[in-house]
Amino acid sequence: MTAVLNVEGLVKRFGGFTAVNHVSFQMEQGEILGLIGPNGSGKSTIFNLLSGTLKPTAGSIRFRGHEIAGHSPHSIINGGIGRTFQIPRPFRRLSIFDNVALAGFYGQGRHSRSAAFEAAERALGLVGLPTDRHAMVDGLGAAGLKKLELAKALATGPQLLLADESLGGLDEHEMDQAADMLRAIRKELGITIIWVEHIMGVLMRVVDRVMVLDHGEKIAEGLPAEVAGDPRVIEVYLGTDATAVHAAATAARG
Amino acid sequence: MEFFDIYLVEALINGVLLGGVLALLALGLNLIFGVIDVVWICYAELIMLGMYAMYFLFSVYQLPWPLAALITIAIVGVLGLVLHYLVIAPLLGSPPINQLLATGGVLFFLQSAATVMFGIDFRNLGIRLPVLEAGDMFISYARLLAFGAALVGMLIVYLFLTRTYTGTAIRAISQDREIMTLMGVDSRRIYLITSALGGSLAGLAACLLVLQYDVHPFVGLSFGPITFLICVLGGLGNFAGGFVAAFLFAEIISLGGLYSDLEWGYVLAFAFFIIMMFIRPAGLLARRT
Repeated sequence: MTAVLNVEGLVKRFGGFTAVNHVSFQMEQGEILGLIGPNGSGKSTIFNLLSGTLKPTAGSIRFRGHEIAGHSPHSIINGGIGRTFQIPRPFRRLSIFDNVALAGFYGQGRHSRSAAFEAAERALGLVGLPTDRHAMVDGLGAAGLKKLELAKALATGPQLLLADESLGGLDEHEMDQAADMLRAIRKELGITIIWVEHIMGVLMRVVDRVMVLDHGEKIAEGLPAEVAGDPRVIEVYLGTDATAVHAAATAARG
Repeated sequence: MEFFDIYLVEALINGVLLGGVLALLALGLNLIFGVIDVVWICYAELIMLGMYAMYFLFSVYQLPWPLAALITIAIVGVLGLVLHYLVIAPLLGSPPINQLLATGGVLFFLQSAATVMFGIDFRNLGIRLPVLEAGDMFISYARLLAFGAALVGMLIVYLFLTRTYTGTAIRAISQDREIMTLMGVDSRRIYLITSALGGSLAGLAACLLVLQYDVHPFVGLSFGPITFLICVLGGLGNFAGGFVAAFLFAEIISLGGLYSDLEWGYVLAFAFFIIMMFIRPAGLLARRT
């Protein structure tokens, strides 16, 4: 298999503060990579660099063989990278369907009504939201809003999905559902997914590989079971999540 | 008492007719502000240029009125596009005060340029539309035509904004800028389309206003401030609020003018505006967050 995404020496500085410090990683087609780390470790900055919201200070991002570092967000999205936000940001004055269809209309530069409808119906179906044309966003709860966020990203037709999932607002059952959904989407669409999450237990069960960030640097990368046993990772999470790391490691091994 | 009633109805009708045109003016300004977050202080000066375009196309080059109107709408649409490209786009990231000063500068530039190019003479199309006599009321055809065309113009914009994806993107981008680009939308393109649309609305307004008013380089002052006040009264960027505020303002002007001079109607309308700014500073239809 060939690398879909090849990130090399990525650096992002804000003034004197280095948010991302020489991070390199590769992703294979169809892989789910879990991106974890404490608050402020650079996870969101990496997402913003990949989606073009921020321009890197240095480094290269090659996506499907093309350099995309520093390109504008809309051209990156249309090149096949979809993104969801931790805090759902729907257009509240549009219907659920229009929210998703809008992404379908502009994604990939389609500019076609029928393609937009098709993309919207497919994306809504994948996340399990109704394809009713008039249902409004206000009727959705926390879990529904996350699904809508995912459907919008899927409707742009991504090859690589950046899922800033953070299942914080969801109960355990909903978290499992969300995790299953990502797996199902990968299986159905064959796309590559990077998943950012704070709650490690769920993530460890779903991802193929984990990358751990701390203070903008990559401190570990590997299979969930390996990473969870890594002393540096345990140190980073010590006191707060150390037990969770062990529990996750056990879950991953079992 | 009988006369009084007829005059009252006539004033009410004239208020509605004026309201339609004011609503059209407000829609253009609101559209630009709602989508691009910039106030075109020079909006009425685009209308002034459009009125000159009508004057030259209709009176000097003798084109039929509808054709002259279409060309004028296109010309002012292009002016809106150029205004965005040259003045607004480079200032998008600047503080709002810089943007206000820049479009304010364009206002004086256009006024002066018009004075140099066209002189300070008052010009008109030289046509006098008949006055409709219904009951004992007199309604001018120019006003009826302006009202009807303004409504049609607003309806077209409404359908464009609600029935097409470009229109939906224009509405959506006013709600969340960053997200739109992450849905694959080139916001620069949406801004250009919106600016052209805002300019076209100014062009349509010019075609209608030139039927009732003489054109001169400072005619924008007759429409600019009141359009801005209407938009603020309705809540800047709020299309529905601007629509309601336009008719409210027009009725106050028209009915106020009934009891004394027309100027008093304006005085009452501005007094109403000031009071409303204390009561509902965020606009008539301010959204509850």
